Amino acid sequence: MSQVKAVSGRGIPLVGNDIDTDRIIPARFLRCVTFDGLGAQVFADDRAQAPGQHPFDQPQYQGANILVVNGNFGCGSSREHAPQAIAKWGIQAIIGESFAEIFFGNCVAMGIPCVTADPATTKRLQTLLAADAQMPIQVSLEALQVQCGDFSAPVFLVEGIRQMLISGTWDACGQLVAQTNQIRTTASRLPYLSWEHLTAS
Amino acid sequence: MSKGTLFDKVWDLHTVGMLPSGQTQLFIGLHLIHEVTSPQAFAMLRERGLKVLFPHRTVATVDHIVPTENQARPFADSLAEEMMQALERSCQEHNITFYNVGSGSQGIVHVIAPEQGLTQPGMTIACGDSHTSTHGAFGAIAFGIGTSQVRDVLASQTLALSKLKVRKVEVNGTLNPGVYAKDVILHIIRTLGVKGGVGYAYEFAGSTFEQMNMEERMTVCNMAIEGGARCGYINPDKVTFEYLQGREFAPKESEWEQAVSWWTSIRSEADAIYDDVVVFDASQIAPTVTWGITPGQGIAVDEVVPAPENLPEAEQPIAVEAYRYMDLAPGKPLQGTKVDVCFIGSCTNGRIGDLREAAKFAKGRHVAEGIKAFVVPGSEQVKKQAEAEGLHQIFLEAGFEWREPGCSMCLAMNPDKLEGRQLSASSSNRNFKGRQGSSSGRTLLMSPAMVVAAAVTGEVSDVRELLSGIQQ
Repeated sequence: MSQVKAVSGRGIPLVGNDIDTDRIIPARFLRCVTFDGLGAQVFADDRAQAPGQHPFDQPQYQGANILVVNGNFGCGSSREHAPQAIAKWGIQAIIGESFAEIFFGNCVAMGIPCVTADPATTKRLQTLLAADAQMPIQVSLEALQVQCGDFSAPVFLVEGIRQMLISGTWDACGQLVAQTNQIRTTASRLPYLSWEHLTAS
Repeated sequence: MSKGTLFDKVWDLHTVGMLPSGQTQLFIGLHLIHEVTSPQAFAMLRERGLKVLFPHRTVATVDHIVPTENQARPFADSLAEEMMQALERSCQEHNITFYNVGSGSQGIVHVIAPEQGLTQPGMTIACGDSHTSTHGAFGAIAFGIGTSQVRDVLASQTLALSKLKVRKVEVNGTLNPGVYAKDVILHIIRTLGVKGGVGYAYEFAGSTFEQMNMEERMTVCNMAIEGGARCGYINPDKVTFEYLQGREFAPKESEWEQAVSWWTSIRSEADAIYDDVVVFDASQIAPTVTWGITPGQGIAVDEVVPAPENLPEAEQPIAVEAYRYMDLAPGKPLQGTKVDVCFIGSCTNGRIGDLREAAKFAKGRHVAEGIKAFVVPGSEQVKKQAEAEGLHQIFLEAGFEWREPGCSMCLAMNPDKLEGRQLSASSSNRNFKGRQGSSSGRTLLMSPAMVVAAAVTGEVSDVRELLSGIQQ
């Protein structure tokens, strides 16, 4: 598991509040048993509605790896296919005013930081990136700061999550599995596990 | 910080320990899986050489992809068939109970778990589906998770989570005729916003919810997530216990008394401390319809589409986007707008009580010309019960199609889809752009009774105008 201390590269602005996971990856693309191939389908319907106009289609943003969004990004369905599609397109970090919780948790589990910033900062970043797509941008999790050209501003990430990303322990699975004894102890004090006769068939 | 709420009690009881990140490792009492969000999780287990730790605490069904017309195998859609086979294989390999099509117990995952008595008060419940909040109706702490977390639950029966704050959403009083649980939750989301619940669990309290039956409570908790709250719950009471008694997996005999006593003990204390409290008056809630592209863009059916200047500044851009996408003008009434498709079903409103209520309004009436209207029961048991009561005959005589159980056109991962710019009156839970299967299709969310009103008139209508002669 890799340490995520900072992400640098080029940015891509995506303007709008409440961009839901159905828009990020329409449900018909969920008919699959692997996440491979979702990158090409990210924002499929939004892109088809405005051919060539969507930032994910515009030539100047190809190769960008830091997505700048507004409020409540990733609301709606729990589908991990949404952050998977964004990641497979090439995004490694997301800056936004706020994120829907399940989407945020899915990103953590994939090692993708979703950092928040105040509305003025996200709007400024979007304006800068719209004016110059080549402007270098960096999100530092150690300094909790975004730097875009000459502009810099603070960003926020819950401390525990920040530590998981920096130390490369964002994949919780191993830590969870290691606690088998404590897990069984917890299970033993739950009254309903003995009432509910749900034994393996 | 909240104290003494059901949420706090259940959270503490299920806490395995604290993780280095500061998150809680939380035991998950019941894990529900389906075909869409689990295949990659099983693949991850295989890659890491992990086993399912508590195979008898996971239950599977198939719902999102199943066709509601021809369910013969192999499915006509080869991708759907592949997903179906992957789930069948994984359940067999890991010894997981699977309610398959034709078992008599298949259906939408959030319909069948309560139906089987699997969902119980005081549990933690997780499922790779955001509408897992539904199960909170029983006083369970239930939330949606992503695929990596499905893997975590399979491997460890636990999740790494940060504790939520608790907001008490109190609604008091009796609902007016023609106003349903769906209207209550649409009204709450309209008021608190689609991101108002981020970081919170919603405790739905007050006499309005106390008067609701379990199915109505499930409708409310189902849509907590549409208000941004990852889970919503209602304290268990006599109504909860009566629903559970006698169900397949409910405690029996001497264990029943112990269970009721424990379930009662986990209710929020009278002096519990909440992070926030909001109060609504039930008599102020009207039949509610969404006009836009988020579930928070709702109005009373007799209101006009709001003008941007009457909305908070932060909501104006998405309102402008919504007028354009929906082809609706601000200041104009929604009532009287022609619809194309009418859908009754989903994990929000596909239960027997929903179908009974819809049938009351459909009886003796007929779907307007040119309207496609269909009813999709939430489960095989709901279908069987509805047919035993003759509800299917009422729907068929009224010109509705009567289908097999599944998620159907709520999310259109199956053959049920809108076409082009069709406008749908839908008893489902999301009106996002493209949600019902056409990238330009449009959705109006409303109660099942309101969907029938739209179907028989061919336009958005006030169900209260159809009330005369209907026994409430």
